Amino acid sequence: MSFSKNSWRTTSLALFFASLLALAAACSGQRDATGPGTGGSGGGGGTINLQGAGATFPNPLYQKWLSEYGKLNPNIRIDYQSIGSGGGIKQIQAQTVDFGASDAPMKDDELKGAPGELLHIPTVLGAVVITYNLQGVAQPLKFSPDVLADIFLGKLKKWDDPRIKAVNAGVILPSSDITVVHRSDGSGTTAVFTDYLSKVSPEWKEKVGADKSPQWPAGQGGKGNEGVTGMVKQQPNTIGYVELAYAVQNKLPVAQIKNSAGQFIDPSIEAVTAAASASAASLPEDLRTSITNPAGASAYPIASYTYLLAYKEQKDAAKGKALVDFIWWGIHDGERFAKDLQYAPLPDEVVKRAEAKLNSITSGGKPLRQ
Amino acid sequence: MVNPQPSLPSPASAYGARARVWNWRRTLAPTGNRGDALFRILLFLFALILLLIVATMIVAIAANSRLSIDKFGMAFLTGRAWNPVTGQFGALPFIYGTIVSSLIALLIAVPLSLGVAVFLVEQAPRSLARPIAFLVELLAAIPSVVYGLWGIFVLAPFLRVHVEPLLARWLGWLPFFQGPITGIGLLTGGIILAIMITPIISAVVRDVLSAVPVSQREAALALGATKWETTRVVLANAASGIAGAIILGLGRAIGETMAVTMVIGNRPQISASLFEPSYTIASVIANEFTEATDNLYLSALIEIGLILFLVTFMVNGAAKLLVWSVTRGTSGTARAA
Repeated sequence: MSFSKNSWRTTSLALFFASLLALAAACSGQRDATGPGTGGSGGGGGTINLQGAGATFPNPLYQKWLSEYGKLNPNIRIDYQSIGSGGGIKQIQAQTVDFGASDAPMKDDELKGAPGELLHIPTVLGAVVITYNLQGVAQPLKFSPDVLADIFLGKLKKWDDPRIKAVNAGVILPSSDITVVHRSDGSGTTAVFTDYLSKVSPEWKEKVGADKSPQWPAGQGGKGNEGVTGMVKQQPNTIGYVELAYAVQNKLPVAQIKNSAGQFIDPSIEAVTAAASASAASLPEDLRTSITNPAGASAYPIASYTYLLAYKEQKDAAKGKALVDFIWWGIHDGERFAKDLQYAPLPDEVVKRAEAKLNSITSGGKPLRQ
Repeated sequence: MVNPQPSLPSPASAYGARARVWNWRRTLAPTGNRGDALFRILLFLFALILLLIVATMIVAIAANSRLSIDKFGMAFLTGRAWNPVTGQFGALPFIYGTIVSSLIALLIAVPLSLGVAVFLVEQAPRSLARPIAFLVELLAAIPSVVYGLWGIFVLAPFLRVHVEPLLARWLGWLPFFQGPITGIGLLTGGIILAIMITPIISAVVRDVLSAVPVSQREAALALGATKWETTRVVLANAASGIAGAIILGLGRAIGETMAVTMVIGNRPQISASLFEPSYTIASVIANEFTEATDNLYLSALIEIGLILFLVTFMVNGAAKLLVWSVTRGTSGTARAA
């Protein structure tokens, strides 16, 4: 009796593992059917596989692009892994992916670490907004750059400091301590924000500097946008910064920031695109630029491009062509998906500059777009 | 389950002594059965794989932290600055945060989980013990990021409003409970760790206590011991198993990443106050690794991982030593296995 029970158990276990194996085989079989992984040459009518990796910030948009583009081009299979800008740069340097993605442009020595010439192609813009938790304050707070820098430097300690009051006439501010909340994880959001603070405050530039994870002079660190938001929401008298998209989706209170033209600007997609337009004329040849604290009167001052990274000389003509076509589609047709996901689309003059970059991509010396 | 089995004289050595010459066939299959030999080789390979994994991990980590080791040397261990902008890296605040948060966790979790386990095994009626034991095991299966979010949204505000003001009022003369009250900091990190390791420790302790022979309890009761005294006899018998459970919990506390990151405030500083933000080794790696592009920065992060290895190693060693010195006196008595 007990023997037959045992053998039953053995049989069912064996069946279970067998079915698992079968499932695994079926899944991998499906993958195989679409062609080999990164090494696929994909000539003729075969399927082309492209691999990309990098920034997490534009990931929702890129995933949308991949699924929409996949519908139009079923023979091209593109994967994007949002492993962070740092990982994206490392992987494109090591050529383990076909394209990388980074929020902050690569630094000169990082570009030197790559085996070939890497191009930066801007795709969309994002912005960083200031959020806060002040009970009883209904209207949006206003910050001038110097006040913002001194709060994050830990120099302005009380909410009712005369300097904060001066730009917020009519708002009754509590006389409590300001608790600063910043990102604890290395992030492009932090890089943009500290880049802005470095531009508007010499003291910030000297003491802290611009970085994805600087040494913060004050406050607490929260992991990710959700960590910062959680800390700000749960603690009264806090101030922090998050991505525009995240703040909009979670209906956080956001502050108006005084731009270089002296206007207090609400963060919005239009104001971010305006910031890009205002600085488009001074865009450098390689498109690596910072657009924080730009000139325009309607420009929101804490914004940045996010980039795709690709080699100028593609080893494989078929894959290179697929990549160029995909990015071309992204910065044209793909831009219409940006607004719904709270990214600011590129202004036309920047699209033109990105087109020129894509046209310069070659394989074996021949341009991939005719 | 934690205790080693009483060791039988190794068959290989017994045969070897008789035969006087080494016989590989005998070493492989002391019973002379081919299936046994195969089984033995298989098990040996499994053990070997584990060793290989640990070894390659240490080698890889050490090799990749080379840059940082060469640059900072021992100053890395004592340095307090962590500034990727200027390339200054020191691990001391992270080591401090890791050890202190784990100690707070143990301080809270050990009495709590011992209490839960003793109640479940010794006191609770079966109808109550089953569901509670199930819930405890369920707690152990919750992903740590969920604990972290719960920590931010529930635990931190609760501590800020109800617990920390009381601590500051009654124990404020101690340096541990001074400074601004925010609900985010070392204390909150320690408490969330305590909540996370309690189910693990209590689940293991429950198994250990159940394994103590009923005859032990019956003997104690027969001698006229009270329920409390009987429990003490059971606990003494299970001491080494309980110690194993605590070490298991400590291991999880030291290496825990997400939940702590959410509530500890992530600020590399050494402050006596438990209300102040702090930082742990595992958190800084999780926070900064993905976006670290600079070689020295990356190397410093990997070296701090190496230090986590060493800290775990030393804390475990210290714990084992402590267990040994405590259970030495009772080594003659039967143990739960």
